[in-house]
Amino acid sequence: MRVIITGAGQVGASIAASLAADHDVIVIDIDGERVEELTYSLDVLAIKGDGTSLSTLKEAGIETADLFIASTNNDETNVVACATATAVSDPFTIARVKQTNYLETWNQTGNTFGVDFMVCTDLLTAETIVRVIGLPSSQNVDIFAGGRILMAEFRVPSGSPVAGQTVKNADNFIELTFVGILRGDSVIIPTGDTVIEAGDDLVVIGSPESTHAFAGVLSPDHTEDQDIVIVGGSQTGVQTARLLEDRDRHPRLIENDHERARELAEELVGTTVMESDATDREFLDREHVGDADVVIATLGSDEKNLLASLLAERLGVDRTITVVETTEYTDLFEAVGVGAAINPRDATAEEIIRFTHGTENVALVEHGCAEVLEIEVSPGSILENRSISESMADLPTQVVVGAITRNGSVITPRGDTVIESGDHVVLFAETAAVETVAKMV
Amino acid sequence: MNPGWIGSREQLRVDWRASVGLVGTVVKYLSGAFLVPLVVALYYGEDVPTFVVSLLFAIVVGVTLERVDPDPDLGAREGFLMVALTWLVVALVGMLPYLIAGVVGTESTLAQPENALFESMSGFTTTGATVMGDISLDRHSHALMLWRQLTQWLGGMGIIVLAVAILPELSVGGAQLMDAEAPGPGIQKLTPRIAKTARVLWMAYLGFTLLEMVLLYGLHLLGLAPNMGLYNAVSHALTTLPTGGFSPEARSIEAFSAAVQWVIIPFMIVAGTNFALFWHVVTDGPKQLFDDTEFQAFTGVIAVLTAVVAGQLFLGTGLQALPVAIAPFNGNLEASVRHAAFQVVSIVTTTGYASMDFNVWSAPTKYVLLFGMFIGGSAGSTAGAIKIVRWVVIIKSLRRELFTTVHPEAVSPVRLGGHPIDERTVRGIYAFTLLYLVFFFVGVVLVIADAWRVGHYLSAFEAMSAVAATLGNVGPGFGSVGPMNSYLDFPLTSKLFMVFLMWIGRLEILPVLVLLTPAYWRT
Repeated sequence: MRVIITGAGQVGASIAASLAADHDVIVIDIDGERVEELTYSLDVLAIKGDGTSLSTLKEAGIETADLFIASTNNDETNVVACATATAVSDPFTIARVKQTNYLETWNQTGNTFGVDFMVCTDLLTAETIVRVIGLPSSQNVDIFAGGRILMAEFRVPSGSPVAGQTVKNADNFIELTFVGILRGDSVIIPTGDTVIEAGDDLVVIGSPESTHAFAGVLSPDHTEDQDIVIVGGSQTGVQTARLLEDRDRHPRLIENDHERARELAEELVGTTVMESDATDREFLDREHVGDADVVIATLGSDEKNLLASLLAERLGVDRTITVVETTEYTDLFEAVGVGAAINPRDATAEEIIRFTHGTENVALVEHGCAEVLEIEVSPGSILENRSISESMADLPTQVVVGAITRNGSVITPRGDTVIESGDHVVLFAETAAVETVAKMV
Repeated sequence: MNPGWIGSREQLRVDWRASVGLVGTVVKYLSGAFLVPLVVALYYGEDVPTFVVSLLFAIVVGVTLERVDPDPDLGAREGFLMVALTWLVVALVGMLPYLIAGVVGTESTLAQPENALFESMSGFTTTGATVMGDISLDRHSHALMLWRQLTQWLGGMGIIVLAVAILPELSVGGAQLMDAEAPGPGIQKLTPRIAKTARVLWMAYLGFTLLEMVLLYGLHLLGLAPNMGLYNAVSHALTTLPTGGFSPEARSIEAFSAAVQWVIIPFMIVAGTNFALFWHVVTDGPKQLFDDTEFQAFTGVIAVLTAVVAGQLFLGTGLQALPVAIAPFNGNLEASVRHAAFQVVSIVTTTGYASMDFNVWSAPTKYVLLFGMFIGGSAGSTAGAIKIVRWVVIIKSLRRELFTTVHPEAVSPVRLGGHPIDERTVRGIYAFTLLYLVFFFVGVVLVIADAWRVGHYLSAFEAMSAVAATLGNVGPGFGSVGPMNSYLDFPLTSKLFMVFLMWIGRLEILPVLVLLTPAYWRT
């Protein structure tokens, strides 16, 4: 497949890196130095030029491209680039945007501006944050099959009743499957006798009800999070506040910049906006931020987010959620005590993998250690009309069937469950096995 | 070649000729309004010369003033001067018929220029305070009384708004001129062109006036209002919609049946509502009206005050002593509610009609009405006083003040109907309200001192009500300035002061006050 990526910033470059192994990738960037750098660091063709100009796109071979990704840090440029690409050729176009107003416009028809898929990173990140807030102890939550199935990643707290139990004993929920345990750097595909340890990251797939019930068992003394503090008025912070408002929560948002604070206060009706430095101890004490149920750090930089989160932990906040731009930091953040580190890049990457694999839906687990795929079983698939235990024998060992939906209802997979054509299957797979699995099913 | 700008001589930075010239144009066109009473005068065969002379005089004044600057170029500063002057000159021209009729006719009180000016200013500013010694069609011609009603109707939606609607030369600076004149903070442009907006507002105004006329006369034809003939129906429709309050009947609306009183109440409420809302109702449906914060507050205030007054009247505690002439309504629910609603709506919307002489009400009940005089109708209505929307903003910003005392870092904009209001506007509202109250208190002191000077007995309550009623364009006050009485007994100086109060009250103080600052006239 031929992929053209315009805008080789952090996001563009990381997409290019992940696609370079299996596809022909052409990267366009306006910055000559950046182009130079990419030419040597990645196995891609890097072109210096403007992604919105026709001549540059032709130079990149837009006529033969299958996928066009516009990921500059300017919304308008991305939209215009996609429109330009569509004007001369017919690639699948993906545009990254920051503002939801373009997304709203795009949603009117589904291909407005010549964009086939619009990814609003900030909104997707905010949605993940809100889902994580809604599920105690969770670090990542994604929805599949139109919301009928949840994938959740939990960190097992020390002292939890689940710690020390075997999977067989812990999993007494009908519509829930334990698909993977991440311990240290390794991914364990659990069997009935696997013992769950405190500090493990446990990946489960199942119905929302069962997942919530399990979260309740995992941390039994948890009460519903009402007092939510958002630190930093970035676009992600604003979207999170707005989503929480939609769920009848009244979060507090701390923003240091005077003008921005006023702007946000005008925009967010149900949120109390406070203008202060989020690391000012006196202010945090006076406003009793330490008593908050959740503190979400959405400041502009990873370092500030880390500092704000650690300070909140120190003050006694129950749970901290942090946005981490740099993928490499996520584990580090969680290791030093941040409750959940959310990587906005995952959201974009998931959409792109979804397209390149042709799967219905994808979620990255632990930022790329493993993936959860939703596949619609088509006639001729090796899964069709066979029991799961039969087809599993043909698939790589690092794959688990997490859940199945048939005609809108959830079926819990057992060894003898027979998969039919048209079923939606949610699979957990280690990243190394994903390519093979996607091809086989 | 004179380097005057170097410094020795201060130069005027306001092109007053342009303002005066435009005032002339407005007066010239407005002289056409004299045709209405002239036709009535011809019909009844009375007072014809009065209006012929007035008409000619108005045209002469208009054309003369227009000559001052035949090609006026109106800037922002000239706009303030033009609006303030227009209202003054229009009141001066409008006093002519009273003066002439007073000199040649049977009514002697209006022969004094200060009385004629008071009556004219009270008319145009839709105050409704009167100095007519004897209000009756036996003593005054139908034409003169109709002129009195008509001045209120012309002033209600605004002379400048009317001028902007009609005169093409005002289309550019029109929005700013309307802003200076319109009640409430800021105007809403309903259409891209300001002249169209002005026309829309006047059409709505005209429409409601005609509707009330038809309903009132309809009641007469149905036999429910024996004395509400065509003349009275027209007269009262002309003074309800501008929240004016003049009535050709000495006993105001008490002279009419309960049915008439019930019909007038909703029209007073309409008059106190933002007319722009009716446009939104037409374009976007009735939800626009009921979702409007100001309309909710407006109707809420009326409902609460009505309930309080009705309760007092029903229980009998609302009456001081019952004059024989009024049927007892202690225990009569319909009458209690009707008089309470009528009076509360009349005062809050600054109309000034009376369904009974509320001087006979007990002190607490009267104080409720005095309180109502400061509330006023909605922004963009024809009502006077401080206006509901300002109170809503003040209450919300005070609540915010309490919140930020506990949470000093909280940033919380004041919202109106979900939309944040910028701090400049909030500050402007505080400034206006404070100025209004300062003018009220200083006014009370001056009026009391002036009355004391001439040995005229005036209680503090009467003085307060008189100042509140003129500054807020309400009309009647309490005691000697009650709804069935008049302002005739005040000394000349007090009357002129009240003319000033009505003038600045109608223009909402700031556009007039800005003319008195040196900064306005210089750089």
